[in-house]
Amino acid sequence: MDNILEIKNLCKKYDNFELKNISFKLPKGMIMGLIGENGAGKTTTIKAILNIITSYSGDIKIFGLSNKNETIKEDIGIVLDDMFFPEIITPKDINNSMKNIYKNWDSKIFNDYLKKFSLPNKQIKTFSKGMRKKLEIATSLSHHPKLLILDEPTSGLDPIARDEVTNILQKFIENENCSILLSSHNTTDLEHIADYITFINNGEVILSKTTNELLDKYGIVKCTEKEFKDINTKDYIKYKKTKYGYEILVENKKDFKEKYNIKIIDKVTLDELMILMIKGVK
Amino acid sequence: MEIIISNSSDVPIYEQIKEQIKVKIISNELKENELLPSIRTLAKDLRCSVITTKNAYEELVKEGYVKNVPSKGFYVAKINVDLALEEQLNKIENFLDKAVHIAIINNVSKKILKNMIDILYEEEK
Repeated sequence: MDNILEIKNLCKKYDNFELKNISFKLPKGMIMGLIGENGAGKTTTIKAILNIITSYSGDIKIFGLSNKNETIKEDIGIVLDDMFFPEIITPKDINNSMKNIYKNWDSKIFNDYLKKFSLPNKQIKTFSKGMRKKLEIATSLSHHPKLLILDEPTSGLDPIARDEVTNILQKFIENENCSILLSSHNTTDLEHIADYITFINNGEVILSKTTNELLDKYGIVKCTEKEFKDINTKDYIKYKKTKYGYEILVENKKDFKEKYNIKIIDKVTLDELMILMIKGVK
Repeated sequence: MEIIISNSSDVPIYEQIKEQIKVKIISNELKENELLPSIRTLAKDLRCSVITTKNAYEELVKEGYVKNVPSKGFYVAKINVDLALEEQLNKIENFLDKAVHIAIINNVSKKILKNMIDILYEEEK
């Protein structure tokens, strides 16, 4: 089993939104970042993987088994964007109840994380947004999971806390049998640590590649209208006309450089890639 | 071992890692049979993806600087120092070739060019 997670043709229909044939694979020992606009289908995809929504079609395998298999739950750590513990419980209560839920619950690791994140043993209602997120992350990591599925784990966290979280995630995959799927709008974090990027737009996967391929090969050409008119449409993915010129997304900046005499070809950031793919035209 | 990564450089990160390890091997800062950090530890410490460090190591193996001992790790290989140096000299020649070309088409004299190299060499040292 080389892939820890494998999704084939996932479809789900709502009244005004649809997931269309979502497919991707997450190999063992790797981190995959899910990116896309709000409402693109990232969270729905994650919920389908976790089998917590109904009436979807397609084939989802985790650790080589169907995602409907109850036994896999023990090995998955989860942080969801809209799930949270009741306001009146404390971290100690969580520890006590998780002991009964997860066979492999590890109180020592959980307490270590509480200390690391400076989380006090107080009712959750006194916690800030960042503290709540950290508590969720600590909980997701404390039963020795092999797959972490995190929906926006760093939203609402300050740069220092995000740094702590990304460090913990990288430590997690030091064990090469573990993988992470996370959705995030903090794309610079993903640029650093994600091995793969899957870009979902309008319920469809429009791109699923290694991060290196995106950052090292893709480029943004910046040029004048006159230069733009000489470019063959099959040599770029999308373009955007700005007030003072053109921005053109190309799949291989090296090939482009050899073919055209245009000086400015910048490296692309995931943010720019998203904007050009969504707002750009062809 | 020090490895300095620039995120704004045009050189891909795996290549930056590869080149810096290579230089350390050629200069004997990393010695034959020395164990390199694991792919995953290096990725964590450099804050880059596992695929990046994996690519760097795979290329070093391909070029003969590093050997992969399955289930043990990556070790510095026995290298032919002359050959390695030759490769670096080739690289220098390529860059100089470009510089000479630009000098000629712009009528910049040999003397000015040599002078430039002298200054750059001193500055870098």
